[in-house]
Amino acid sequence: MKISVTVNGTRYERDVEPRTLLVHFLREDLGLTGTHVGCDTSYCGACTVLVDGRSVKSCTFLAVAADGAEITTVEGLAADGELHPVQEGFWERHGLQCGFCTPGMIMSSVALLEENPSPSEAEIRHALEGNLCRCTGYHNIVLAVQYAAAKLRGEQPPPADWEEVGA
Amino acid sequence: MTMYPRKFDYVAVGSVAEAVEALRATEGAKVMAGGMSLLPLMKMRLLSPTTVVDIGRVPGLDSIEDRGDHLAIGALVRHADTAANELVRTHAPALATAASLTGDVQVRNRGTTCGSLAHADLAADQTAAVLALGATLVAQGPSGTREIPADEFFVDTLTSALEPDEVLVEVRIPKGGTGSAYDKLGRRGGRSDYAVAGAAAWVERSNGTVTAARVALTGVGTKPTRARGVEEAIVGTDGSASAIEAAARRAVEGVTVLEDLYGSEEYKAHLAEVYVARALAAALG
Repeated sequence: MKISVTVNGTRYERDVEPRTLLVHFLREDLGLTGTHVGCDTSYCGACTVLVDGRSVKSCTFLAVAADGAEITTVEGLAADGELHPVQEGFWERHGLQCGFCTPGMIMSSVALLEENPSPSEAEIRHALEGNLCRCTGYHNIVLAVQYAAAKLRGEQPPPADWEEVGA
Repeated sequence: MTMYPRKFDYVAVGSVAEAVEALRATEGAKVMAGGMSLLPLMKMRLLSPTTVVDIGRVPGLDSIEDRGDHLAIGALVRHADTAANELVRTHAPALATAASLTGDVQVRNRGTTCGSLAHADLAADQTAAVLALGATLVAQGPSGTREIPADEFFVDTLTSALEPDEVLVEVRIPKGGTGSAYDKLGRRGGRSDYAVAGAAAWVERSNGTVTAARVALTGVGTKPTRARGVEEAIVGTDGSASAIEAAARRAVEGVTVLEDLYGSEEYKAHLAEVYVARALAAALG
């Protein structure tokens, strides 16, 4: 089946089998391997992308159902060599250990901050309930999102808790 | 390892009538809205439809309408929209809460309220809410539409009253009553994931007396089911904490409690009592 999708601002037309999952379409047909396949059972969220602005799990999404959609993957966040504030937050606050869940964590965080620019810690944790980190690095992931939220609001990010402790 | 569904044909229909015709004409076809229930089953190859009939592009199915004495929630209304909708939050808080506790953020962005109802999982959230709210489900088939009361809709585990060539086009939630609520214990702790056990309650109170009540359980038995013993016990009382406690003791009366990976029969029966009490207290609060 022929489909036409816009991914990170570029329009692609491709022929896909109906059973092709969106995550495989992105990784294998378009070569965008930033989106990861984790659990493959719609639990872990490593495959999270934005479809028409809403976060979804691309392992549980038929590529044919995305025909005509606007998709954003982790590759679409940085602009002109500058990291997106959420990416910067994960860098600055060490919001990853092995990094496998990171693309999904970042996409869910981007979706959260577009909806809610000033989330509380509880709201951040709730918004990331569909993203699992097997390294259990949630603490710094929350700090990363708080850093990004401040940056996006044009404010100075709060110091990391280890900075406060070590000062 | 990669999990792919078996091969199937795909048709994106432009109307419900087209979907019904595709379902009627194609042996083994299945309808898909968000696909949050269907696709995992297909990937695990527990289900291999010959054709997936995608209603995701049918216009006019994605709204929540105020129709005077009831709300109508269309087949393409996502869980996130049901949860956030002011009408639902005002007139059917049990359903708004159940939708907000369905799946996770990504699932709520894609999956639909009607899809979850049609899937009829024994531990889904919104199933209990529509039972307690006395909803009506509207199915469209080859010979037109028919209305199915929620009480007749959930037939058995993963089995609804829908015929293979019918599409659930909307769920109607009657207005009325003085309160409703839903609460659960989730499989991942707190309120996350499918219900280990959950309960929805709807009540009507007049001059301090509970005059009508509907209470429903999910995750406890083979299907979402009314807790009629509780309803009988709470009606006519003042809805006080002690009345709630006494009524909740009848939570699993007449219900076949099912042991599963998440709990023994005894534990599930205990949770049913706890969550019935919480839902009732919130609905009466």
